Amino acid sequence: MQPAAHLPKGVFKRSISAYNQSRIGQIKVVQDRVGKPSQSWWGIGYLPLGPSVTYGTLSMTSESALTLPPSRSIALPKIPPHWSHKHLLGLEHLTADEITLILDFAEALHAATNEGRTKLDLLKGRTIANLFFENSTRTRNSFSLAAKRLGADTVEFSSSGSSVAKGETFIDTAKTIEAMLVDAVVVRHSSPGTPHMLANHLKCSIVNAGDGPHEHPTQGLLDLLTIRQHRGSLAGLTVALVGDIAHSRTARSNIWGLLKLGAKVIVCGPATLVSKNWEKLGVEVAYDLDKILPRCDVLNLLRIQFERQAIRPFPSVHEYMLLYAMNKERIERSKDDILIMAPGPINRGVELTPEVADGPHSVILEQVTNGIAVRMATLWLLLGGLQSTPSRGAM
Amino acid sequence: MDSSWLIENARLIDPSSGMDRVGRLLILDGRFAGVDVLDGDVPAHVQRLDARDCIVGPGLVDLGTEFGEPGREEDETIQSGTLAALAGGYTAVALSTNTLPPIDTAASVEFIHQKASRADNCRVYALGCVSKERKGESLAEIGSLVDAGAVGLYDGPNPIENTGLLRRALEYCLMFDRVVFDHPEIASISRGGVMHEGLEQLKLGLAPMPAEAEDLATSRDLRLIEATGGRLHLTSISTSGSVELCRRAKSRGIQFTAGSFVANLHFSDEALRAFDSNCKVNPPFRSRDHVDACLEGLSDGTIDIISSGHKPCSLEKKMLEINDAPFGMIALETALAEVVTFLIRPGVLSWPQAFAKMSWNPAKLLGLSGGTLEIGKPADAVIIQPDRLWRVNASNLKSRSYNTPLDGADLYGVVTHTFVGGRLRYQA
Repeated sequence: MQPAAHLPKGVFKRSISAYNQSRIGQIKVVQDRVGKPSQSWWGIGYLPLGPSVTYGTLSMTSESALTLPPSRSIALPKIPPHWSHKHLLGLEHLTADEITLILDFAEALHAATNEGRTKLDLLKGRTIANLFFENSTRTRNSFSLAAKRLGADTVEFSSSGSSVAKGETFIDTAKTIEAMLVDAVVVRHSSPGTPHMLANHLKCSIVNAGDGPHEHPTQGLLDLLTIRQHRGSLAGLTVALVGDIAHSRTARSNIWGLLKLGAKVIVCGPATLVSKNWEKLGVEVAYDLDKILPRCDVLNLLRIQFERQAIRPFPSVHEYMLLYAMNKERIERSKDDILIMAPGPINRGVELTPEVADGPHSVILEQVTNGIAVRMATLWLLLGGLQSTPSRGAM
Repeated sequence: MDSSWLIENARLIDPSSGMDRVGRLLILDGRFAGVDVLDGDVPAHVQRLDARDCIVGPGLVDLGTEFGEPGREEDETIQSGTLAALAGGYTAVALSTNTLPPIDTAASVEFIHQKASRADNCRVYALGCVSKERKGESLAEIGSLVDAGAVGLYDGPNPIENTGLLRRALEYCLMFDRVVFDHPEIASISRGGVMHEGLEQLKLGLAPMPAEAEDLATSRDLRLIEATGGRLHLTSISTSGSVELCRRAKSRGIQFTAGSFVANLHFSDEALRAFDSNCKVNPPFRSRDHVDACLEGLSDGTIDIISSGHKPCSLEKKMLEINDAPFGMIALETALAEVVTFLIRPGVLSWPQAFAKMSWNPAKLLGLSGGTLEIGKPADAVIIQPDRLWRVNASNLKSRSYNTPLDGADLYGVVTHTFVGGRLRYQA
C-alpha cells in the first residue's frame, strides 16, 4: 500500500506497529519539515516505514488530511490462537508478549476510535457487569464506555462499604449479578484478592479494576501504552513511581509491566511508604526525588491514598509537597522530554502543581483516553476469543 | 468388659518413659495394665486387636482448642468438636475461652463440663479467662474459675495486650498453681494486618503483620516470667526471633513452655498467593526462614508443645473478602497427619518426640492424665497407620466447619482407633 499523497509533510513519531500489513496506525507529528515543533497532534495515517522505526518522514500536506474517511476502516487485528486468558487479575503473571499483545490491540482500537468508529460491534450481544465496591468515577466510566464502544451491554452495580455491612456476602452479590447472564464482571474492591475469589466462584470472565493495594492491571497497561506512544518502546527507559508506594495498586501493576518490558524502575517516596523490601522485586528504592530526577524519562506521580492510611505516614501534606511535589523548578531540572503521568484522581497541589499538571510534559489526559482503549482491548481479548466456544456453558 | 483390650504387634511409643519398641499393650478395665504381659496373665474377656505395622501411643492432648460453644454453635459445638478430636487421635482438649459469653465465671466452666459429659466423647477441660469478659482490662475471678475446674487461664485467641494485667495475672495465679496462656503479639503493631509482613505481602498488597509484633511480646512475656516467677505458656510462637528468645531464656533456666500451631510449622506465606481466606490465620503463615527457625526450635526442644490451633469458622464467615474474613483454620483432624507428613517423615522429629510434644508435654503442663502408657493410668491411646496416605476432604470431616487450607491435600498417617479410658471411642 502506498502512502497517501495528501498526507502532511513532517517528522512523525511512530506510535504503533502496523497491523495486518495495512501499515495504518496512529501517528503523532512532532516537527514539521523545517524543524519547527508542531503542536501535539494525533491522527490516523499510513506508516510508510517498518514497524520497528520510531521516527520517519511523512509526506503530508495538511494536518486535516491525516484523518482518513470513515469508509476506509482500519482492519482490526485477530485474536491469536495462543491467547488463552479468561481473566485479567493482574500483570504479575502475564508474559511480556502477552502485555505487548494487549497494548497492540489497544493501539488498534484507539486508532479505530480516533477514526470515528466509536461503535464497534466486536462484543455485540455480550453483557458486562461493573461491580464496584469502592468509590470510583473514572475507572467505572472508562470500563463502561469501553464496553459500550465494543457494542456490549453493561450492568452497573456499585456499593461503598464491604458486604459485611450489608449482610449479603460479596460472593452472593457477585453470583446474583452473574445470574443475570453476564459474560464478564469488572470488579473493584478494597480487599486484595477479591477478583481471584470471584474467578474461583463464578463461571464468567473477571477483570480486576483494582483490588485494594494489590493490582490495577488496566491502569498499569494504560500507563505502559502512554509511555510507548511517546517513546516507541519501554526498553531502556527509566521510570520513577513517586509517592505512596505501599498502598498503591498502580505501583504494583506498573512495576510488573515495566520490568517485563525492559524498563528500569525507581520507587521513590517517604521511607514510611517505600520499604527497602521493594528492592527484592528488582526495582531501585530512593527517598530523594531531586537526586533521581535527572535520570528519569518518566515520572508517574501516585496519589497519596489518604483513605487507606490508618495512620498518617508523614508529618504533613506541606512537608510531603516540599519533598515530593512535582513543580516548575523540578521540571526545569528534569530531562527536556520528561513525561509526567498521574493515575488520578490527582490531589492538585499535593503530588504536582497545576502548572505541571497542565504543562507541556503532562500526559495525564492522554492516559485517560488510553484507559478506554486498554479496557476495550482487555474486554475484547477476554471475551472475543470465547466467541468460538459453542455455548456459554462451556465457559 | 468393653474397656479391656490386648493390642498386639504394634510399635509402642511412650514419651513419658522413652519406650519405643514393638510389643503388646494390655488395657484392663479402662487402665493400662502392662506391656508384653504373658498369655497366662491375659484375662479371657479381653478383646484382641492386631495392630501390625501400626504405632500405638498415648492419646493426643490439645491446648487452647476453640469450639465456639456457647454462642458460636454455627462454627462448632462441643459435640462436633470432640468427635473431630477423636477422629484426629486426640483424647483430651483444653478449650479456649473464645465463646459468647466468654468462660470467665464458674458457671460457664460448669456449662462446658456439662456439655462435655453429655457429648461423652473425648476428655474436655475448660480454660478460664484471664480477664473479665476477656476484655483484657481487669482480672477475672480466677480463684472461682480454678475452683470450678478451670485447668489454666487464657484470653485466647487474643494476646494479653495490657502488660500490667499480665504481670498481675502471673502473680495472682501463683496462689493456684495454674498456668497463664498468652498468644504473643503486640496488637498495636499488627492490628488490621492479614498476613506476615515480607516480600509476599508486599506483592499481594495485604496489610502486614510484622514478625517483630510477636518477638516483642515474647520478649516482654519472658521478662515478666523472670520477674514474677509465674507460670506461663506461650501458645503459638512462629518467628525466628521468638524461637531465639525462648532458646536463650531456657538456657538461662527460666521456667516456661513454648508452643506452636501445627500449620505454622509447614505452611509459608506463599500459601496466601491464592487469597484463600482459609490461609488467614493468627499467627500468620510466616516466610520460609521463620518456618525453618521453628523447625530447628522443635528439634532442639525450644518448642515444647505442638497445638492444633483448631479454630473453626462457619462457611459464611470465611466466604468473605480476605480483609473481612476472620482468622483461623480447623486442624484437629489433620494435625497428626501434618506432623507425620511435614515433621516426622522429613526427619525433623522422631515419633517419640512428636508424641511428647502432642501429648506428654501438654498433659504434664496442666497436670492432666494422659500423655503416657504407664501402668495404672487411664487408658487414653491412639493407633496410627503411619505410612498410609489419605486425601483431606473438608466436607467429610467431623468438624462442623470446613475452613482448612488443606482441603484436597494428600497427607500421611491415618488414625485408626482412639481409646478414651479404655473405651474405643473412634474407629476409622
